[in-house]
Amino acid sequence: MAKVVVVTSGKGGVGKTTSSAALGAALAQRGEKTVVVDFDVGLRNLDLVMGAERRVVYDIVNVIQGDAKLPQALIRDKRLDTLFLLPASQTRDKDSLTAEGVEQVMNDLKRHFDWIICDSPAGIERGATLAMRHADVAVVVTNPEVSSVRDSDRIIGLLDSKTEKAELGERMEKHLLLTRYDAVRAERGDMLKVDDVLEILSIPLLGIVPESMDVLKASNIGAPVTLADSRSAPALAYLDAARRLAGETVPMTIPGEKRGLLGKIFGRRAA
Amino acid sequence: MLSPELPLDDWLARLDDLAGRSAGFFLERPIVLDVAELDIDRTQLKELLAELANRNVRIMGIEGGRPSIMGPGMPPAMRGGRPAPDVEVPAAEPAQAAEKAAEVLPEAQPIRAPASMIVREPVRSGQSIIFPEGDVTVIGSVASGAEIIAGGSVHIYGTLRGRALAGSVGNAGARIFCRRLEAELLAIDGVYKTAEDMAPDLRGQAVQLWLDGDSIKAERLN
Repeated sequence: MAKVVVVTSGKGGVGKTTSSAALGAALAQRGEKTVVVDFDVGLRNLDLVMGAERRVVYDIVNVIQGDAKLPQALIRDKRLDTLFLLPASQTRDKDSLTAEGVEQVMNDLKRHFDWIICDSPAGIERGATLAMRHADVAVVVTNPEVSSVRDSDRIIGLLDSKTEKAELGERMEKHLLLTRYDAVRAERGDMLKVDDVLEILSIPLLGIVPESMDVLKASNIGAPVTLADSRSAPALAYLDAARRLAGETVPMTIPGEKRGLLGKIFGRRAA
Repeated sequence: MLSPELPLDDWLARLDDLAGRSAGFFLERPIVLDVAELDIDRTQLKELLAELANRNVRIMGIEGGRPSIMGPGMPPAMRGGRPAPDVEVPAAEPAQAAEKAAEVLPEAQPIRAPASMIVREPVRSGQSIIFPEGDVTVIGSVASGAEIIAGGSVHIYGTLRGRALAGSVGNAGARIFCRRLEAELLAIDGVYKTAEDMAPDLRGQAVQLWLDGDSIKAERLN
């Protein structure tokens, strides 16, 4: 049974696309068939981050409008044959996504994949609401700073009201992915601490990804963080997060701090 | 509450006169600007706000403003505010007496109902819980940018970071209780208090707030 995951945040620039690619690749590395869908029509970036920008022929808007069949638009990753990308259109805008069209595409994808990762655009408008609409699970990407936290809180409210699951009266599973975390700056008080963010958002923690040059490096070479260098700190964080998403119990570690102690403190909060 | 009249220059002159006669009249007081009777556009409203700011009059909300004249950087729009008598203009001149008469709003009928509403989840940013029939109890926190509007009292078993408006249909006996106070705005029966006006030693504390005459009183719960 396919699981639909929306990667969302409200605020832009917090790492939704990076996280979508990294989690998608990490799940695919487990041998599960995964597709990452770019919902950011007009500002597509996922193809770049996944190194597939020169292979895009058809996109999700073509599929919705009937100009192309779904298999024609899907791009198989060159490094991992279980990883696929459904790109967004760069020349259209978000109004070209229709509710019926998106539903049709999602239903088709569910028949062929284990995981469908929906990379949401920033904001709370059409693109974002359509991306979350059919999700079973939400990964809320948040940076440890107040505006990102407030926007995430807003998105959590929408996940509980504007999604198919919410309308059926079911509970949407939500996980917090804290990105760009810097333990030293959090200790100095320049950044919110993990505890502060968890207290405000009160959803379970999926992982903490450290602020790292490796993330930028990976996107510049067009590889998901987990594929570029699977030993780097952010890659390890994403690999652990993907295991937790798949239902495994993995002790939580805060990058830049000592492992044993934090396992004790945050283990109980692990998703 | 201040209700400016056109032409604004004349009204500002009268305001200066009044402020000159009673020193510190507007000092440290949150003022609501009532523009319902005023036919002005966004630019004029902006100028008026600037003029008031020059006089150290701190506007914490605008009442009766059409959405089209409100703009970014302006105080938030409000409704159902009550003119606080201590800001009313003394009836020294006939023009000001007329202004006073215009300020008195019809008294809202209190609704008595033993109703209460329980919210079992955190109230997220952008959400608004409106329950004029009675008390609202939230088991969880109220986020920054969220609001609770209750006809009766507001009880929050968590951190209050957003807005809480108790006694919204005219109930001066309503109270606000929270386990941790980090609120952006508090109101009881139309009397407002913003975060800036709250005593700093109440921040982060378990607090109850009630109305005493026309001012909001607060005390720690433990």
